[in-house]
Amino acid sequence: MSKGLPETRTDAAMSELVPEPRPKPAVPMKPVSINTNLLGYIGIDTIIEQMRKKTMKTGFDFNIMVVGQSGLGKSTLVNTLFKSQVSRKASSWNREEKIPKTVEIKAIGHVIEEGGVKMKLTVIDTPGFGDQINNENCWEPIEKYINEQYEKFLKEEVNIARKKRIPDTRVHCCLYFISPTGHSLRPLDLEFMKHLSKVVNIIPVIAKADTMTLEEKSEFKQRVRKELEVHGIEFYPQKEFDEDLEDKTENDKIRESMPFAVVGSDKEYQVNGKRVLGRKTPWGIIEVENLHHCEFALLRDFVIRTHLQDLKEVTHNIHYETYRAKRLNDNGGLPPVSVDTEGSHDSNP
Amino acid sequence: MAVAVGRPSNEELRNLSLSGHVGFDSLPDQLVNKSTSQGFCFNILCVGETGIGKSTLMDTLFNTKFESDPATHNEPGVRLKARSYELQESNVRLKLTIVDTVGFGDQINKDDSYKPIVEYIDAQFEAYLQEELKIKRSLFNYHDTRIHACLYFIAPTGHSLKSLDLVTMKKLDSKVNIIPIIAKADTIAKNELHKFKSKIMSELVSNGVQIYQFPTDEETVAEINATMSVHLPFAVVGSTEEVKIGNKMAKARQYPWGVVQVENENHCDFVKLREMLIRVNMEDLREQTHTRHYELYRRCKLEEMGFKDTDPDSKPFSLQETYEAKRNEFLGELQKKEEEMRQMFVMRVKEKEAELKEAEKELHEKFDLLKRTHQEEKKKVEDKKKELEEEVNNFQKKKAAAQLLQTQAQQSGAQQTKKDKDKKNFFFM
Repeated sequence: MSKGLPETRTDAAMSELVPEPRPKPAVPMKPVSINTNLLGYIGIDTIIEQMRKKTMKTGFDFNIMVVGQSGLGKSTLVNTLFKSQVSRKASSWNREEKIPKTVEIKAIGHVIEEGGVKMKLTVIDTPGFGDQINNENCWEPIEKYINEQYEKFLKEEVNIARKKRIPDTRVHCCLYFISPTGHSLRPLDLEFMKHLSKVVNIIPVIAKADTMTLEEKSEFKQRVRKELEVHGIEFYPQKEFDEDLEDKTENDKIRESMPFAVVGSDKEYQVNGKRVLGRKTPWGIIEVENLHHCEFALLRDFVIRTHLQDLKEVTHNIHYETYRAKRLNDNGGLPPVSVDTEGSHDSNP
Repeated sequence: MAVAVGRPSNEELRNLSLSGHVGFDSLPDQLVNKSTSQGFCFNILCVGETGIGKSTLMDTLFNTKFESDPATHNEPGVRLKARSYELQESNVRLKLTIVDTVGFGDQINKDDSYKPIVEYIDAQFEAYLQEELKIKRSLFNYHDTRIHACLYFIAPTGHSLKSLDLVTMKKLDSKVNIIPIIAKADTIAKNELHKFKSKIMSELVSNGVQIYQFPTDEETVAEINATMSVHLPFAVVGSTEEVKIGNKMAKARQYPWGVVQVENENHCDFVKLREMLIRVNMEDLREQTHTRHYELYRRCKLEEMGFKDTDPDSKPFSLQETYEAKRNEFLGELQKKEEEMRQMFVMRVKEKEAELKEAEKELHEKFDLLKRTHQEEKKKVEDKKKELEEEVNNFQKKKAAAQLLQTQAQQSGAQQTKKDKDKKNFFFM
């Protein structure tokens, strides 16, 4: 891996000069590859263990945003994903008091622990999205919120005396809930995803998938994928960020089966002697974690068990860097951050 | 569109219990997998006199023969030589860079010996800082050249630290993790060694030199780190030659009076050094370099460049705003300079133009003068010509008249001459 390593050896010429002990700092040569297995164990591979210990001590942050019209099962799905009451469902549905007049952004944080790994999970809910009669520009508050988080991080990073660990409130993943109409995407869906796929990782999911049969499901998915492609909307995992062939084949498989058609539930029922999460209907019990019934397990494995770290990295290395470059470059392309974030900036941990 | 933002603060964070296996305990593995695919960087700086055994120790630590020729003692100054290697063990790829101080301690005047070392370390920090400040940057695949560990080789005099050692370590302790080691420890007897170690440690403490502290905050490593710290500085012996001991080959140095085994903890502390440097604290060394030494450098550098976090009116400035202000200032100056240059250019053009106009005028005048003179001459010539013609005419007339007269005269002359002749003849008769 000789990426970016200059091959010059600057020191040889210097010693012929007048005795002035100020040579140019020596620059490393092209690395020589040495296979050490032949000569004995050194112990370099222990660094993996060292790293793991370090990361477990510091803990992780993960911020997930759910966007979709009310009643699509967002809170239930998040609760099912993280197997706990992470979101409080809009159980009492009183029309006057429940639909906000504008899109609200509600971020609630929790600390969950599993296997010694501590995670600070923040679920960002967007009640009011798509619920008005006139939904023009209802993605703007969401885009603004996402950019505000980038701005906060940038401000922290750019400080002279900065914290050891900059608190990460950036949205790592945005689950977009598609209504299971069976036809195609709605204009609102397209507009939202078009605007936001450039600033955040969007994972589209088909909500309440138990209303579709298997054929309807696969046709709908195909149509949705086609439409997204036609409109140039890249959802996560984005094709352009595949690092190598291995990544590409793995991600291609996932992309082919997205958007995942999911069913959420936090109630348990007895099926075949086991207790499973499911939905009880007159015609049967829909098992949430059964791959024949719905693709919840795929979504869970994808988001949590294999690509959690990657979601964070793409957010940090790509979306954040894009924001930062734009901000530092023209400093006028983006609107100045509003006053209320300045105020709450001080009160943040 | 008004937005109500609810922010999580520490008091609100609830500890939730999970009702089943979620699966994010694989997160450390996901993280580690990413890092292994990219490879790790580790950079060691070896500071010590020529011939003290730096290269041999590196060879011994990493079980290889890094090709290098031994340095001579007549270097005019200290220079740093860096070499990079790629080592692989199981699925871990390590990009190892070993930086050597060539010529350290050889000069007669060693006042400035520490300077190239400090400059090198700062240069690596600077390179990272520059990358970090770039607008379009790629930090995640940046080849990190910052020094993670500095092995300071102490000569085995048996007495105390040399003043060069104290001065150099004092200059380096805020920039790099220093691990002091006693080189060629097989020249010191066991009882002397203990005294030597205590003397060194007390000298370091009394001079306020901050050496690297092995971390004791995490339970799994706290114990081993604590026990190892007691043995600082590690007395090491390096050797790449193998000697048969019992029925195995082991790295050792063979003397007439016995064999010093490198990996025997009774003989020297090599194993402890390897344990601490590589097998236990490699990651912590990297982290300390980044979060402490680099941050300190960055803070000093940015303050030096004129950036502040807050100004006396307690209005928070951001680096970026100052950046902006500086940039505008710079652009303003640039514009001013441009204007100046333009003015000067215009002026010069005007001058040149005036000069040229002058010259043109002169030329015109000359031309006019010449023309006039030419005309005058022409006129003169024509006058002369006319005169000449007149003269010629006159002459012709005269000539014609003369000829007429001549013929008349001839006629009459002929008569006359006849008469004259007769007269003459008459006279002569």
